[in-house]
Amino acid sequence: MLALEFPPINEVIRWRDLFTSFNKISLIAVLAALIGSLIFILAARSDATKSPRGVRNLAEMIVEFVENNIVMQTIGRDGLRWTPFLTSLFIFIYLCNLPGIIPIFQMPATARMAIPLFLAVVVWLIYNVVGMISQGPVHYFKGIMFPPGVPKPIYLLLTPIELVSTIIIRPFSLAIRLFANMLAGHMLLVTFALLSEALFQATTKKFILVPMGILPMFMLLFLTLFEVLVGFLQAYIFTILTSVFIAGAMHPEH
Amino acid sequence: MEAISRLVAELDAADQKAAQAAIGAGFAYGLAAIGPGVGIGYVVGKAIEAMARQPEAAGMVRTTMFLGIAFTEALALIGFVVFILLGL
Repeated sequence: MLALEFPPINEVIRWRDLFTSFNKISLIAVLAALIGSLIFILAARSDATKSPRGVRNLAEMIVEFVENNIVMQTIGRDGLRWTPFLTSLFIFIYLCNLPGIIPIFQMPATARMAIPLFLAVVVWLIYNVVGMISQGPVHYFKGIMFPPGVPKPIYLLLTPIELVSTIIIRPFSLAIRLFANMLAGHMLLVTFALLSEALFQATTKKFILVPMGILPMFMLLFLTLFEVLVGFLQAYIFTILTSVFIAGAMHPEH
Repeated sequence: MEAISRLVAELDAADQKAAQAAIGAGFAYGLAAIGPGVGIGYVVGKAIEAMARQPEAAGMVRTTMFLGIAFTEALALIGFVVFILLGL
């Protein structure tokens, strides 16, 4: 019937190098960093005494969103000094996710493991160092391994689980959550685009197939809309989890 | 199921291995999606209930809901990664 062959995964997510060891993914990541910095530099240079206009409005909206919905909800008032870090994390991930639905680019830079894993390692370093500084190394690791308020024999079971989950599993699940979500979205878009292309170009006697190509195309439109939401949501979730980890390292459980 | 195994039996050795990997990948993803599907439904349902009862706490509930979703979803995503590793 249809000669529908799904391309191997390497063709979907690998791109030819623009020049040595610099491909489209790197280009998107560099652009995301530049655009993100540009927004805030332009906003900072505008006159602060007048009412905000244009790009400054946007920047203030973003900072306010991070402050009210992420920092204040998880760390509290003394976490406000983490706003710059969390804002830049949020903006960078969001701008890396967004090219997944922009024509020409058509690829979220976070759908490759490199960027999520790097960000997760940075977050891992930060929350461990913050924990060791604000609680002292001994107290910090004691807090991780022996959470208070548990009957003594349970520690036999709890200590290894807590240690492995905080030190090893946390950064990996943080990275895999972002990576797999974006990759899954990208694969869905590829699948429906291929399906509607194959139906539009079908050369069989049953030419009812050709107008049927409309159906996957509408699904593709709907999924593109869905990806707008997912890109935002994943950036939000990554940032809020970072903030939760920092909060947990700053204030031990009682 | 029977039709699939009959199809598999007709292939040669290399193709058979690939076919079994593809079937395994399909099962891996399908099974991995069951638990998180139920879990996310439960989390969101309870969160909506809480928001309806106490709309002024909606912001806090929403934040916690996203956290719960993120932790639950991780299992399904690991299933998806395994699916990619096995099947493609």
